[in-house]
Amino acid sequence: MEIINTAIAGTLESSDVQVIVEPATEGIEIELESTVINQYGKQIRTVIMETLERLEVKNAKLRVIDKGALDCTLKARVECAIFRSNHIMEQLPWGGAIR
Amino acid sequence: MNKNKNRLRRTMMFLNCQKPGLIRDPYIYGADSIILDLEDAVAANQKDSARYSLYHALKDLDYRGVERIVRINGLDTPYWKEDIRVCVAGGADAIRIAKTETREDVKAVETAVLSAEQEFNRPVGSTLLMAALESAKGVLNALEICNSSDRLFGIALSGGDFTKDIQTTITGTGVELAGARQHMILAARAAKIQCFDTVYTNLDDMEGFRKDVEMIHRMGFDGKSIINPKQIAVVHEIFTPSEKEIIYAKKLIRAINEQKEKGIGVFTVDGKMVDIAFYDGAVRTLNLARAAGIAINF
Repeated sequence: MEIINTAIAGTLESSDVQVIVEPATEGIEIELESTVINQYGKQIRTVIMETLERLEVKNAKLRVIDKGALDCTLKARVECAIFRSNHIMEQLPWGGAIR
Repeated sequence: MNKNKNRLRRTMMFLNCQKPGLIRDPYIYGADSIILDLEDAVAANQKDSARYSLYHALKDLDYRGVERIVRINGLDTPYWKEDIRVCVAGGADAIRIAKTETREDVKAVETAVLSAEQEFNRPVGSTLLMAALESAKGVLNALEICNSSDRLFGIALSGGDFTKDIQTTITGTGVELAGARQHMILAARAAKIQCFDTVYTNLDDMEGFRKDVEMIHRMGFDGKSIINPKQIAVVHEIFTPSEKEIIYAKKLIRAINEQKEKGIGVFTVDGKMVDIAFYDGAVRTLNLARAAGIAINF
């Protein structure tokens, strides 16, 4: 998928994560801020990259502000931001690219 | 029939699907069921976002046996069909249909659920349904709704919307809900499905809550929708049979089994006339006791 528009998902509440995606042309760029970056920064980046791979996103700029989200929440917010950037709201690939 | 259709449901706790802090570990509170809400608790511009949270919660989190029901958006909105797809794909145990008014409403959801079960390779019939009645029309059509689908395990009163529809308000006395409650109980029992009462929204009035639960327990409801973990213990306590009720239920089951072998249909237990019709009630009493952690040596 391509990132067509800037889109945002998630909040800055505890246990949540806010993800902003923007169009880019030269690969994946992730700017990460987290309350647990020293313990889980590497894992958070891995989950983001795996999610982007499943969605076949090759070029994107992401700004991620984590407030202690579980992996399942992180995946949910990244997916939501990317599908929002494409204005896709229905007939989503549950169990396929979203898993 | 789905083996979970008649499971115990004393408490059904609403949780906003869009709030990760709420849906990550609600099993710790001990409600029999949780209702992951895609409807009223989720703002219109976050309906899509809540679905991703729901999908991953259903797939990735272990709710330790607590039943996972999802309240989908009403059939008068553009959201309900995608809500059903995500519920089924994620493996939700059941779907709560909001604003149900007719048999056709349940049939429309049933058709969409079947289609989703086939699309996502889920066992046909694995997704149960329940219907929330939120209007005068819905309550008056309770019996046709109760008989509309084999998947339907129960109906629930939604008191807030219902009282608006009949042009009154929640008073705390229960008078404004009395007719609907009685009518729904009769319909549910006639169709042999479960019946659940509406939420009690004043969290500061625990005495009023207790009286409300005592009343709906006496009326015959199977359980109550709740909005806060602190309401769980009160409901479970009131729905727990007394020692006297447990002893009597055991006596009844023993007596009915013994007399049945002898070919006797009507007899007395502790001086009261009983027959086979008392059997299911006695079994339900023992199941409620077991659910409350009471050891039943039987």
